[in-house]
Amino acid sequence: MILNIALRELRSLFLSPLAWIILGIIQAIMAWKFLGLIDYFFSIQADLIKIKDAPGVTDLIVAPLFDFSKILLLITCPLITMRLLSEEKQSGSIKLLLSSPVSMTEIVLGKYLGALLFFMIVILIIGIMPLSLLSSTDLDMGKFAAGMLGQFLTIAAFIALGLYMSAVSSQPVNAAAGTFGLLILFMIINIAGNATTEGNNFFNYISITHHSIQMLRGIINTADIAYFVLFSLGFIILSIRQLDAQRMQN
Amino acid sequence: MSAIIQAQHLHKYYRDNHAVNNVSIELQQGEILGLLGPNGAGKSSCLQMLCGVLAPSEGEIIINGADLLSQPKQAKQAIGYLPDKPPLYPELNIEEYLNYAAKLRRIKKSQIRNLYQQAIQRCGLEGYNKRLIGNLSKGFQQRVGIAQAIIHQPSIIILDEPTVGLDPIQMIEIRKLILELGETHGIILSTHILPEVQALCSRVQIIHRGQSVFNKNMLELKQSNKIKLRLQNAPELSLIKTLPNVDTAEQITDNTFLLNGQKLLATLANISQQCVENNWGLLELSPVENNLEQVFINLTSGDETQDSEQAA
Repeated sequence: MILNIALRELRSLFLSPLAWIILGIIQAIMAWKFLGLIDYFFSIQADLIKIKDAPGVTDLIVAPLFDFSKILLLITCPLITMRLLSEEKQSGSIKLLLSSPVSMTEIVLGKYLGALLFFMIVILIIGIMPLSLLSSTDLDMGKFAAGMLGQFLTIAAFIALGLYMSAVSSQPVNAAAGTFGLLILFMIINIAGNATTEGNNFFNYISITHHSIQMLRGIINTADIAYFVLFSLGFIILSIRQLDAQRMQN
Repeated sequence: MSAIIQAQHLHKYYRDNHAVNNVSIELQQGEILGLLGPNGAGKSSCLQMLCGVLAPSEGEIIINGADLLSQPKQAKQAIGYLPDKPPLYPELNIEEYLNYAAKLRRIKKSQIRNLYQQAIQRCGLEGYNKRLIGNLSKGFQQRVGIAQAIIHQPSIIILDEPTVGLDPIQMIEIRKLILELGETHGIILSTHILPEVQALCSRVQIIHRGQSVFNKNMLELKQSNKIKLRLQNAPELSLIKTLPNVDTAEQITDNTFLLNGQKLLATLANISQQCVENNWGLLELSPVENNLEQVFINLTSGDETQDSEQAA
């Protein structure tokens, strides 16, 4: 049932121009950034040889590319997630789901999975680009895989937050604005942590950036994975509760 | 026969507004129940509670023996619901949409094809399989909405104002469809079009200000204790009053009388005989049927004027 809802969501996405526009724009911008990074790598290649244990192609191209892609994911995620529930509430089509023998959990998980599948396509096309370097050089596949995992966990957390905002609001635009705001807050909240020496652990801990940056360096830490899983799970559960509460109060 | 819907003492509060106040609704198999009421009376809230879209603040809903609150999946399986605005996805075509609706109702894959064909055939959507829902006219969208509600062949169909916004021909077609469906399903339909109720429903329940103020069989509703009597040689009103079982009588025109009496209908033959014996020239002797419109206005308009006075 979850899969049915997810596939319908994905199908509707690809029937609208939005999904294609997002895929196209992301691909174009990432390609430009990718070329820029390769140029930069060529320009410093000569100096790199002189350094002992110099950073490799993966560190200088793949990691910055993935780091940059987070900005694009941050911008596009609210555009996709804002529709998930609030558009259905606005158009009344949510009544089809609510009157069907489907639980709130299945509705929310189906919606979540639908958006996640879409963004898996997005991070896949971002990931394929650096793989093209394999034809001429070696990549550190471990670091590459860690980077991909980081992207996946980051977008999984973004979507969960966006879904919750969509569950709260009955206007898609409000959901998008709320998601933007909160996502940026979660990205930069560790700035406060860096400024103070005391208590910086807490701000660092709740920041998305702090946890995703490690994976770009190839470090997979259980604490980071736990953070993303808890973050996503937390907002999914809040969405289910929100939907249930709305049924009680209308 | 046990009821397929048994909703007892439903209440719904929206903040301070007591929108539904102690309404009980029952539905039998093969019955078409008309839920009537002025705008904002609480009809839609009642229907939404019956199909699980809204949770009642108080009360109990049993559908086909399953409690809607504790066994929602089992209960909702038996329901097809068409909200006031059909719950459509404009970007899908009719086939995709109805297949999705069938899957949501947990229909087995092997049966979907068959049920889909039956649903589009019943709703007159054959040949439109690949048409985008967003491009359809209002009447066709309404039909897709009904198809969505019947595709899993539920025992209960709940229709919220199914003919609003349709042209007269579409209206007649949808009504025909509802009558057809009523033979095999239990149907609840809400509307404020009175002739529609008269044409379709076997029972009428009127909801006013969140309360159920009337709940009668269509036959019972029509039945009254009144007889219209038209005579060629009309005698004095006092003589008319002496006819058997007449409690009160009034003269409407020179030769027409309205008789009222508890057992009047049983003694029609007696009355006609007396008229003939007295040589009054019997022209017409007919029972007067209660009019739904009158009942509706009597029950709901009294408060409306109060409202407007208060508002003024």
